[in-house]
Amino acid sequence: MRADPPRDTSDQHVDESPPTHPGNSSGWAGGGKNGCAVSKELPPPTERIPVLRWLKQNLFSSWPNAILTLAATALIVAVVYGLGRWALTEARWEVIPANLKLLLVGTYPAGQLWRVWAILYFLGLLTGFAAGRRRGLVRRISLVACAASIALAVLPFPLVTRGWLLGCAGAIAAGYGLGQLAKLARERRWIRRVETTLWILSFPVSLIVLNGVGGFLPVIAGRNQWGFMLNLLGAVVGIGLSLPLGVLLALGRRSKLPAIRIVCTAYIELIRGVPLISLLFMASIMLQLLLPDSFRPDLVIRAMLTITLFSAAYMAENVRGGLQAIPKGQYEAAYAVGLNGALTMILIILPQALRAVIPAIVGQFIALFKDTTLFGFIAILELLNISRSVLGNLEWRGRIFELYVFIGVVFWLLCYSMSYVSRRIEKSLGVGER
Amino acid sequence: MAEKPTGRTATSSSIPLWRDVRVLRVAGQILFVLVIAAGIWWLMNNLQTNLDKSGLNIGFRFLGDTAGFPISEGIAYNPTDVNGYAFWVGIVNTLRVAVIGIVLATVIGTVIGVARLSTNWLVRKLATLYVETIRNIPLLVQLFFWYFAVMLTALPLVGDSIRLPGSIFLSRRGLYMPWPVVTESSGVWTWYLVGGVALAVAVYVIRRIQLKRADRPGFPLIWAAVALLGVGIAGWFLTPGSPLAFDIPVLKRFNFEGGMWLSTSFLALIIGLATYTGAFIAEIVRAGIQAVGKGQTEAAKALGLKKGLVLRLVVLPQALRVIIPPVTSQYLNLTKNSSLAILIGYYDLLNVGTTIFNQTGRAVEMILLIMASYMSMSLLTSLVMNIYNRRMKLVER
Amino acid sequence: MSVTKDEGIIICREVHKWYGDFHALQGISLTMQKGEVVVICGPSGSGKSTFIRTINRLEVHQRGQIIVDGVELTHDLRNIETVRREVGMVFQQFNLFPHLTVRQNITLAPVWVLKMKRAEADAVAMQLLERVGIPEQADKFPGQLSGGQQQRVVIARALAMKPKIMLFDEPTSALDPEMIKEVLDVMKELALSGMTMIVVTHEMGFAREVADRIIFFDFGQLIEENTPEEFFHNPQSERTKLFLSQILH
Repeated sequence: MRADPPRDTSDQHVDESPPTHPGNSSGWAGGGKNGCAVSKELPPPTERIPVLRWLKQNLFSSWPNAILTLAATALIVAVVYGLGRWALTEARWEVIPANLKLLLVGTYPAGQLWRVWAILYFLGLLTGFAAGRRRGLVRRISLVACAASIALAVLPFPLVTRGWLLGCAGAIAAGYGLGQLAKLARERRWIRRVETTLWILSFPVSLIVLNGVGGFLPVIAGRNQWGFMLNLLGAVVGIGLSLPLGVLLALGRRSKLPAIRIVCTAYIELIRGVPLISLLFMASIMLQLLLPDSFRPDLVIRAMLTITLFSAAYMAENVRGGLQAIPKGQYEAAYAVGLNGALTMILIILPQALRAVIPAIVGQFIALFKDTTLFGFIAILELLNISRSVLGNLEWRGRIFELYVFIGVVFWLLCYSMSYVSRRIEKSLGVGER
Repeated sequence: MAEKPTGRTATSSSIPLWRDVRVLRVAGQILFVLVIAAGIWWLMNNLQTNLDKSGLNIGFRFLGDTAGFPISEGIAYNPTDVNGYAFWVGIVNTLRVAVIGIVLATVIGTVIGVARLSTNWLVRKLATLYVETIRNIPLLVQLFFWYFAVMLTALPLVGDSIRLPGSIFLSRRGLYMPWPVVTESSGVWTWYLVGGVALAVAVYVIRRIQLKRADRPGFPLIWAAVALLGVGIAGWFLTPGSPLAFDIPVLKRFNFEGGMWLSTSFLALIIGLATYTGAFIAEIVRAGIQAVGKGQTEAAKALGLKKGLVLRLVVLPQALRVIIPPVTSQYLNLTKNSSLAILIGYYDLLNVGTTIFNQTGRAVEMILLIMASYMSMSLLTSLVMNIYNRRMKLVER
Repeated sequence: MSVTKDEGIIICREVHKWYGDFHALQGISLTMQKGEVVVICGPSGSGKSTFIRTINRLEVHQRGQIIVDGVELTHDLRNIETVRREVGMVFQQFNLFPHLTVRQNITLAPVWVLKMKRAEADAVAMQLLERVGIPEQADKFPGQLSGGQQQRVVIARALAMKPKIMLFDEPTSALDPEMIKEVLDVMKELALSGMTMIVVTHEMGFAREVADRIIFFDFGQLIEENTPEEFFHNPQSERTKLFLSQILH
């Protein structure tokens, strides 16, 4: 197995007919106009059939390679056969649809699920709107989301759910239409402001709608039992709240004032040096010792707080990298034009720094999303933990492989899509260096 | 435009404090420190109130109390030992997992990373599949898969253990394998080993001097290793009896006896951590090798260097320089992730720590101990990394 | 010691600056009148850039007095802000804000510091872009412009604040030769329109044409100052003669 960089195998086309010289009426075999010999171009000495040539080049180019190919093929066949056999005959996949609601939204009352759908529709509308106004990555994302909704609607879910799913696709399409309309409008700046505000507002509004607010919407109890929704909420809240905190920490760490710098550095190094689970342990045990009796946050608040403080340290390091890349001249130009420290930071430095670290921030979001599975440690019934209660049910005892495959697939789909988006953003920003 | 007010002199005593840049700077720091200090004081105050209420106070003397709980694996331990020692057992267990996990992850990562760059299309695609699958599934899900699904469900009961060649038995109880045990003749063989080490050192020094005189590069270390190995093997055969015996596990009524036992949680933890971290290391290795431009290999070959030398002298040093810092932080991640052991029943330092807390109610002290343990491991790793970085810089200049 | 505007728009008295142990500015004294164009030249490391950067407080002087338009530069925050508003600067490395368009680069400070209305600032920006000759680039990003065009935007950006004094720190040193002329032309027009300018440059042709005074710096000291005629034909000090022989080849 040689460690050479992979050869470019993209030129699959093989032009087997010998190239003719345009303008040379005697074709390829004859001489030139002056009578002097023209080189005869010959076809390359390879296999004639393109498929065989590709096989030879990529799989059987040498003896060790040939053995590897055979071994790998044998492995693949064995695994696929074994898995396939299990998946189609022994596995009882009914455990998933039967518990789908429990796994995805936990004990959230079925009658109130319209709130979840409303939030999804709103986000779908905003996404479609953004796609309608722009081209490129955003458009592709909304297309995939739309297709995914329709694909999910085909699966054997209860009819009501399928209706909701189709409605989701509809919301995205409607947003797209609105976006196209908006392109015709004249007041671009105003529309952009409204769009940004709506995106930012969607964050707290979704939380309030889900939770309920005394007076308007009934508050829903048992927040710590909302299944997969908790994983999503944890990740979103974590990143959302840790971004401003991380920026402050990064600025503090780079401050010229030693007191601020020391405190911020100490915080960042402390948090990054310990595992998240120990912080969750601290949150569940020690928090009540540090707070007065009157202030007893519930489990979910504690988890959100912990994950925010945890993520802020890593966010600070990311932002610090972006800040370090800004040349000193930008600061000088801003001061020379009369901007003070705060304005310089907000208008000039931070926009550039944050734009540069967007890929890193997306990467951190993915990691955070994976870390939300640890919430089970403090008795929060997110997806992984709530699957245990499914297994506890006599009817579904022993269906452990099916459940874990399902959970793995759900996480994999979301994480892979997000990392794909991150790579596309990186490419479009030109931040492709090692 | 009206004239600006004049009359200011150069002395700074006339600048109002709230506009003096130097004052503002210092004041900013003082304010910040005051706010932080106030916050900490408030927290400590609450802590004191709550502790007083439950009648506890901060102190580490409880570490000398009897632990009273069992730890099923690790170094020699008895429930009659003290809490402090129990915590130490936990730390050793964490280190065990960390060291073995790091070694395995490095091997897996290197193999997969190189495979990602193979000329064989199938191998390349399989490696990519591995990396992309493992990286996008949470570690805890994978650990639960290995532990609950594979170990506890798919493996057979003790009575029907899978038997692997070499008297190794795998079952739901764990892995039993033969383990070397000292015998009477071990002492004699030890003397041979000591002699071997002495000879190795002598060979090393002599070879170094030789090479220096001839002014050629070489590897005296290999000669020394060969010397040691030679004497060791010779000594093995020359000692009467056998210097090491193997304690072979034998199935008694309820369980195996003898040999070395690795629990299923340990196995699951090792496999999960190694495969997960290995996927990340694979990406780092791949990026590191690719970072060495093709021109380097071409230039080296053009100079006439053979493939092995090209790799050893040109590609590897440059690749390693790029690979080692991020790989070190992956090692650190693995060590921190070993704390997930608590969720699959392995007695690492977090697990033991929380058990001690449950027994004694000493929240603050145990939190401090647990954090301090992980912080020391992190700081140690950072220190080693910094030394390595500095050494690399020196070599460059 | 009180100070009136009659003495000059920029007054420097015995200005000293140290970087650690390195004595970068050694007792510089200089007075400039309104509308004067002063060119500062000298070998690299002689303190010319450091000096003009003390005038808008991008560097802090440790001893001596600097009085700009009647306002003394001290640790007083209000004085510093006032001076920065009245002094515009053009950098060698351009330092345009890459995430903003040309127009936004120019209107940023007037809107946020002078509290101008956006429409008014836009009008000023377009006016200035016409003055420097590139009105069609208004909505492009700095990365899309050539070096000469970028530097002209920098001049427009500085002029948008309606400064009383313009500082130029080697404005053409980072430009390709064919673009130097377009920038120098703008600077010449600016000088002829009556702007007070301090220009650190090696462009002696520019100095001969437009400067009222040429000042020679070496090793942190002000060695010689004279009219261009006298400076080039009758250099007084040996060091000046040496420098001139090196650059006028």
